[in-house]
Amino acid sequence: MQLFVFIVAGAMVLGGAVGVVLRTHPVHAALSLVLTLFGIAVLFIAQDAQFLAAVEVIVYAGAIVVLFLFVIMLLGIDRAEDLHVEPFKIQRPAALVIGVGLVSLLGIAVIASREHPVPTVTPSQAVTDALADPHNGNIRALARDVFSDHVLAFELTSALLVIAVVATVILARKPRKGETYIVSGSAQ
Amino acid sequence: MFAVDSLLDHIKLFSIPTLIVIIKVLVVFVVGLVGTMLMVWFERKVIAFMQNRIGPNKAGPKGLLQTLADGTKLFFKEDLIPDKSDRFVFKLAPYLAFVPAFLVWAIIPLGGDFSNGKNGDVKILGHVTKLQLADPPVGVLLLLALSSIAIYGIMLAGWSSGSKYPLLGSVRASAQMISYEAALGLSLATVILVTGTLSTNGIVASQFTFSRWSVIATGVLPFAIFLIAATAELNRPPFDLVEAEQELVGGFNTEYSSIRFALFFLAEFMNTITMSGVIVTLFFGGPQPLRIAGHANVLQFLGPVSGTVWLLLKVLVFLYVYVWFRATLPRLRYDQLMNLGWKLMIPLALGWFMLLAFFRVGQDSGWNTWVIGVAGIAVMALCAGLLQLASKVSARNREREGAMF
Amino acid sequence: MSDFLRDYLNVVWFAAIALVLASLLLGISAIIRPNKPSAEKNIAYESGVNPVGDGWSQSQVRYYIFALLFVVFDVEAVFIFPWATRLETYGTFGLVEMGIFVFVLLLGLVYAWRKGVLRWV
Repeated sequence: MQLFVFIVAGAMVLGGAVGVVLRTHPVHAALSLVLTLFGIAVLFIAQDAQFLAAVEVIVYAGAIVVLFLFVIMLLGIDRAEDLHVEPFKIQRPAALVIGVGLVSLLGIAVIASREHPVPTVTPSQAVTDALADPHNGNIRALARDVFSDHVLAFELTSALLVIAVVATVILARKPRKGETYIVSGSAQ
Repeated sequence: MFAVDSLLDHIKLFSIPTLIVIIKVLVVFVVGLVGTMLMVWFERKVIAFMQNRIGPNKAGPKGLLQTLADGTKLFFKEDLIPDKSDRFVFKLAPYLAFVPAFLVWAIIPLGGDFSNGKNGDVKILGHVTKLQLADPPVGVLLLLALSSIAIYGIMLAGWSSGSKYPLLGSVRASAQMISYEAALGLSLATVILVTGTLSTNGIVASQFTFSRWSVIATGVLPFAIFLIAATAELNRPPFDLVEAEQELVGGFNTEYSSIRFALFFLAEFMNTITMSGVIVTLFFGGPQPLRIAGHANVLQFLGPVSGTVWLLLKVLVFLYVYVWFRATLPRLRYDQLMNLGWKLMIPLALGWFMLLAFFRVGQDSGWNTWVIGVAGIAVMALCAGLLQLASKVSARNREREGAMF
Repeated sequence: MSDFLRDYLNVVWFAAIALVLASLLLGISAIIRPNKPSAEKNIAYESGVNPVGDGWSQSQVRYYIFALLFVVFDVEAVFIFPWATRLETYGTFGLVEMGIFVFVLLLGLVYAWRKGVLRWV
């Protein structure tokens, strides 16, 4: 059963990922991304990380991919992208280098773990508590971590989000009367 | 390594627990489907009475079978897929609208005995179980997740049609739904604040007396915000800009015909019922009885079903409210809709949440109640003043730029 | 532990039944409905005249801003939920912490408001 869930979820994740890369239509690619995110959510549930699973769906599938779809509609893409046009000359070699690097890192990690198995780690207090109270402990342990140990990161998240809002507003704002903007194409 | 291991133990065919699960799934499913059909009839009939008409009265007694007749008619209609459409997504969209609409039922407690802090367990065939398909510890979050999936159905339906009206309708609809989902989530947070749990079962169990019903405990305002946001989320009047017939023909489903259209239609009404169920669960104690004239539970004589009857009665009230909205309120303009969502409901929901949190923490750390009260009201007043100022500035800007309205 | 994982299995079954029902409805209707396609029938609807231009036109940039603001408040809600379940645990410190968080995010909303991008003209 565990294997079954893992295989199904893994197939969802991989299938979605391959779809994102191979589908030439941006909307189809975005939908494949949703499939991947669902697969990850299922994997989270299989690992008892229910809160993370829900958050994965709410934030990533529910908000961020919707944002992507809005961008796609904003650009008004109605045909498959022409793959032969290169907006940035450097991106293909860079992607190749990073891809090969990641794969070799993973390979090294797998080989290394065969020779030296990972030592059993002692779980942190939060993990122990979470396992002791499976029903609510998960959320509470997570909250304790976020709101006491990682306060700074938590507050920085809000700053990051606000920066994103400010940047978007500046890009999207209509020019006031008297101001001139240099725009090549305008939204209808 | 995996926690799913133990799942296997429960999949013994024909064992009693499996049987109970199957019964539960089937009952909830059938009741949901029949309920949807009755809802369509109920809505048409009530609106007809409000407008001094008779409404459907030919098919079956009092027109009860009208929905069935309409559905059968749709079976015999040709299914058109526009040439310019994206065929795969066009066919996928009705499923994306239909399935999440059903799934919300899975996490609503449908009955059971919650009196005196009991957790709603009932005995069926000698096995203790809950009258609820699933009670995950993050139930409320699943609710939000499902409503965010529902956006896809509408968005993709309009986009894939390859036609102008559906596209406009779906972009409008999805912008509206995400705007109000933010307000929905924030007013939900106040319920979680007073009940202290994310599981729907726990939320119902903690509302064991009238004064602990979340609608009272959170101070009515979050309920009002939730009701408005839910109406907008459902795309129901007065927020039905999605299908504003005068400007958009049929909105996102203009190009849909036959059963594909019926699936959207069913999903819409099913969503209305589930949303009423959600409101009752979150704010009105779900299957909890209401104390009337000294009787803890006037429906006690019904025995174990009394919880379910209470839930049904409460849900019916909200279904009626939705129909009433539709018959009474004129449709909002799009700018009014967005202003209401972003400039009123979200700041209000957030402010109210922080105020409640402030009181809670204050009470807990033993601060002076009066000081907290005065300080809280002062902060709220300050925020309200700032908001007023902001909207004045924005109104002045608008005037200076000579906008149309 | 298996108890609530079984819950999810119930949900999956439920979803499966809903899927089967939807496919069944579509399948039955596929058998009994007429199918007489013609070029005119499959033209996109545009008030009865032939469609002008492309069906997929660009949407406006302001929708994007609302989507981004939604992401912001969605993330905020996700952080608020676990805090709200147990806010007594974090006491005054937690309150101040969350107050700052909410305040900073509201600044984003106020900024967008002040710059007039929330206005629908």
